[in-house]
This record gives sequence, structure tokens and C-alpha cells, in this order.
Amino acid sequence: MKLSTIFKNGIIYENPIFVQLIGMCSVLAITNTVQNSVGMSGAVIAVLVLSNIVISIMRKFIPAKIRIPIFIVVIATFVTMVEMFMKAYAQPLYLSLGIFIPLIVVNCLILARAESFASKNGVFYSAMDGLAMGLGYSVAVIILGSIREILGSGSFWGISLFGEAFQPAAVFVGPPGAFILLGILIGLFNAFIKNRATN
Amino acid sequence: MSLFSIMVSTILVNNYVFARFLGICPFLGVSNKMETATGMGIAVTFVTTLASVITYTIQKTILDTLGLQYLQTIVFILVIASLVQFVELALKKMSPTLYSAMGVYLPLITTNCIVLGVAILNIQQEFNLLQTATSAVGASLGFFLALVLIASLREKMDIADIPEALVGFPITLIAAGLMSIAFAGFAGLV
Repeated sequence: MKLSTIFKNGIIYENPIFVQLIGMCSVLAITNTVQNSVGMSGAVIAVLVLSNIVISIMRKFIPAKIRIPIFIVVIATFVTMVEMFMKAYAQPLYLSLGIFIPLIVVNCLILARAESFASKNGVFYSAMDGLAMGLGYSVAVIILGSIREILGSGSFWGISLFGEAFQPAAVFVGPPGAFILLGILIGLFNAFIKNRATN
Repeated sequence: MSLFSIMVSTILVNNYVFARFLGICPFLGVSNKMETATGMGIAVTFVTTLASVITYTIQKTILDTLGLQYLQTIVFILVIASLVQFVELALKKMSPTLYSAMGVYLPLITTNCIVLGVAILNIQQEFNLLQTATSAVGASLGFFLALVLIASLREKMDIADIPEALVGFPITLIAAGLMSIAFAGFAGLV
């Protein structure tokens, strides 16, 4: 197995958001600003890498029948750690992400990687797979977050871009904009991947 | 907050799918047919209500009294996972007809964020037991409504002429976005 394949899969060919379509709740909810998107990406990468490492270390002793509950407990432990860390060192981010930090536990992306990769591969590759999938998630979330913040509030990273005369389309910050833009982005990604496959 | 306004708020104004983005995975995954949507809706209503009441009791009697609030996430997800297993076993034994109606959807519910989300939000909003139960019923009925609405749209979209890149999930997301604009019209009702 090559590292470049793992990263290409994570970011492009098996991108968790654009291709596998898993873990959508947090993607739609926290992409209203770029700051939130980056913060959430950090949290997801941390949980994904750490839980992949631990599950990969324990993969030989975990009985197959109760593996899912064990995976969930491992993931929940790391989510709690990330949550407490954010509460202590990044209070504003903690408040604006709110309920979606504990909900990383039920993000199907993390359980899916534990089940389909970390429980079958060595520690190093599992960590890299976690990083690659996390980066794929981050790319999608940050693209969506940038578009929503620029169109919906006329700013990027909280800095106003177009001056006071610009009337931002608030619908893009709200839920409808999230659904519609994500739909369009996945459509564009489909067209792009399909073009590359046929060429 | 009165029980009636909690109900209206969770079903229409703050619909968990269209306004709070919880339960998107099953919303996209099982909404392609009306039958599966109904099965999933019933199963979610059942589990969410039961889970909310049980997690509320655990939070108040065990976590709060022992000062273990930081274990909330781990405890809640374990309760939900075992509850789902238990409900599955109990239904299989007690009511085979109900089991065959919602059996296959039950295991999927563990990773449905609406169950955990509603349980945590109820604690955060400092509801009492009755308000918790009402809000859980409202949340799952809101989810049910969203699922049925989108399933009926998707059945129509199957025979429509849609650009190739948008077939499937993208067009469903766009339809959900338009529906979410409609639901935004309920704002101010409560």
C-alpha cells in the first residue's frame, strides 16, 4: 500500500463528503463561517486520527461480535477529550459549534473508517488514513464554508470584503443555502470526476 | 415554555432536519421510497422518545448527583446503543408484525444523530421530564414529516429529466434546500 494512494483516496476519489456522502449533518450545520469550518475540521481530524490509532492497536484483541460498541466507546472518549480541550482553550469556537462537537460521536465517517480501515491495518497506515480522510472532510467543509460566508455575509474569516454598499444574500448563511450549495458542489464534483474517468 | 409551544416549535419552526441539520444521513439514505421512509419514521419516533426519557433520568439521578457531567457524551451514546439492541430483541419477541415493519431500520438508528442530539439539547435547555418527552415526540414527528415529504418528492423525481451530474443526492439536497425555505416561513409562529 502506498501513502500517496491513501491520500488521493481520502481527498479525491473517496472524499467522505463529495463521494461517500457520510457525516453530512455537521457539514451542513457548521459551514456558516470559515472560522467554524476550520475549527470543526481540526476537531474531526484529531478524533479520526486518534481513534484510528487506538483501534488499530487494539484490533487483535477486540472480539468481532462486540466490536461496534467498543469502537463507539473509543470514539466517544476522544470526542469528550476534544470537547473539554476546546472548552478550555477556544471558548468562542466551543460556543459557536455547540451541539455539533458531542455529535462527532455519531458522525458515520469516523465509525466507517474504524470499521473498514483501522480494524484491518497497521498503526501507521491507520493514522495516515485518518489524516487523509480528515483532510478530505476539511477540504469539502472549508470550500463550502468559504462560499457560504462570502455570499451570505460578504466577508471572509470575519473580514468584510465588499464594503458597505454590498447587500449579502442572507439565505446562504441559513439552512436553505447550505442544502442548495452542497447539492450544487456535489453535482460539480460528480461532473469533474466523471470527466476525468472518461478521459 | 408550554407543552403546546414546544410541540409546534420542534415540528415546524425548528424542524430538526430543515433548521437544525440533525438526522441528515437517514434523511438522504432511506428517503427514496415512501415505504422505507415510513418504517424509518416510526422506528425513530419510538427510539428517540424512549432514549430522551431514559437519558434525562440518568442525567438527573446519576450524572448530576455525582458531578460526572463530563461523561455525558459517552454515557448517552452507550445508553442509546444498548437501548436500540434491547428494543430490537423485545420487538422480535413481543410483536413480530411491528418488528418486520421497522426491524431493518433499528440498527441504523444508533448512528442517527437526531437521537443523541435531542437528548443533549433537552438537557441543555433545562426541560423537565414532561417537556423532555414532548420535545422528543415533536422532534421525531418533525423528522417523520421531513422524511415523508422528501420521499414523496423523490418518487416523482425518479421519472423526471435531471442533468446527469445531479441525479440522486445532489438534486435531493437542492430539493431539501427549497423545502427548507418553505419551512423558514413558519418562523415567528411560536
